[in-house]
Amino acid sequence: MTATEILFWFLSALALFSALMVLISKNPVHSVLWLIVVFFAISGHYILLNAQFLAIVNLIVYAGAIMVLFLFVIMLMNLNNASEPQRNSLIKLAGVVAGCLLLMVMVSAVRSAGEISHSQATSDGGIGLIENLGTVLFTQYVVPFEISSVLFLSAMVGAVVIGKK
Amino acid sequence: MIHLLTIDWLLMLEKLILIAIIVMFSLLVAMYSTYAERKIAAFMQDRIGPNRAGPFGILQPLADGGKLFFKEEIIPSSSNKILFILGPSLAMLTAMMTCAVVPWSTDLHLFNKTIPLQIADVNIGILYVFAVVSLGVYGIMIGGWASNNKFSLLAALRGASQVISYELAMGIAFIALLMLTGSLSLRTIVEQQVTSHWNIWYQPLGFLIFFVCALAECNRTPFDLSEAESELNMGYHQEYSSMKLGFYLFAEYVNMFISSAIMATLYFGGYDIPFFNEAAHTDWGNWLAIAGAVCFMIKISIFIFTFMWIRWTVPRFRYDQLMTLGWKKLIPLALANMLITGAVVLWMHK
Repeated sequence: MTATEILFWFLSALALFSALMVLISKNPVHSVLWLIVVFFAISGHYILLNAQFLAIVNLIVYAGAIMVLFLFVIMLMNLNNASEPQRNSLIKLAGVVAGCLLLMVMVSAVRSAGEISHSQATSDGGIGLIENLGTVLFTQYVVPFEISSVLFLSAMVGAVVIGKK
Repeated sequence: MIHLLTIDWLLMLEKLILIAIIVMFSLLVAMYSTYAERKIAAFMQDRIGPNRAGPFGILQPLADGGKLFFKEEIIPSSSNKILFILGPSLAMLTAMMTCAVVPWSTDLHLFNKTIPLQIADVNIGILYVFAVVSLGVYGIMIGGWASNNKFSLLAALRGASQVISYELAMGIAFIALLMLTGSLSLRTIVEQQVTSHWNIWYQPLGFLIFFVCALAECNRTPFDLSEAESELNMGYHQEYSSMKLGFYLFAEYVNMFISSAIMATLYFGGYDIPFFNEAAHTDWGNWLAIAGAVCFMIKISIFIFTFMWIRWTVPRFRYDQLMTLGWKKLIPLALANMLITGAVVLWMHK
């Protein structure tokens, strides 16, 4: 087993374990912290795919900014086990069925995609490096890129307007 | 680029030794920063300062450290124990992590091998620094929340919102610098400054914004609102005792050292020796690398001194003043700086 494989299996196990812990943890603050571990594991996968830029942006945006705000809100609301609403068993059953269906869709998608992606994974895959990503974003996909940035701007303005009320 | 396919044990050993040396060195500098802080404070207030332990009180940091280790360790019974211990550990970890990408000097040549004095020359160096800085919030937030004390929680929220606010202006100041350098690798940025002028000549406003943000990110006066003892008793580490408190206090000094190193790297030429042509003296070999490292340390010391000078001169801001400065002054200023830099870069290239 090469170092890459060892790292891959370690990161995958870590990602799955901490994703499970996000769901299982009783304390919402623990859930948020486990979610941060998930983001770290996924960033590790990006680095294995030679996409350092994506890895670091994933950390800056998700672990460094969004999860801090999550933690902020949860700390201020001071949630605990008692205040969590108890749902009835019918809704729980529906949740289980929906989750299983989603799992099936995902498994079938991965199975059919397995053949195609194999050839790409073995190439050097420099698309995640910042030069290549920037070139592609600002030439091939410049219109969707700009439109999404306008969307972000309008969301920010909207948040400020709601906050001012 | 790190070869992950086969493990090069010799490289691994070399890197491990380098990491150990750099971490030890950062801790040593941080240790003596506490001594320097007390001496400078004493000088500015016309006192003598620590002078009992050893000649000129030079063993004072060791005495302080020993005292912290032997103090009774108290974990409040109403606290969340795991997170209570995790808080200071994270603060220390994130403080130490940044030194991985700082280029300390040019390559050393030892035992027929070229040893770069940098742990990892990743091509996204600056973004790595930025990511680690943004993770630094967690140490304060987790510690403050896990203490289960309202003053700690308030201080943690203050500290976190301050760090988040000043990160934005810092990031925009970074972008203006990146437009000039065209590279995210810290090693490349330093090499450009060695052959050309220092970036401070091109980005004076950017440096000023960066410096103010660095003060805020390190929770130093005048931005030390999360430790405002007049309003919050002691701040986010109120419930901490023994070495866990020591870690929080120590992390601040490590942060100060590393952010001084980053500022010297980005704007003041890193290991470049001023008024000296390195390219004409390549026959000096390893001595040139050592001279560069010494020069880098002098630059860092000047920055650390400035941090302390500010601390003992300027009073603390009020919280609304802090937010106004961050959001309504620094961010528009940084944006203007970025736009002007972009326009000039575009105009010069045409």
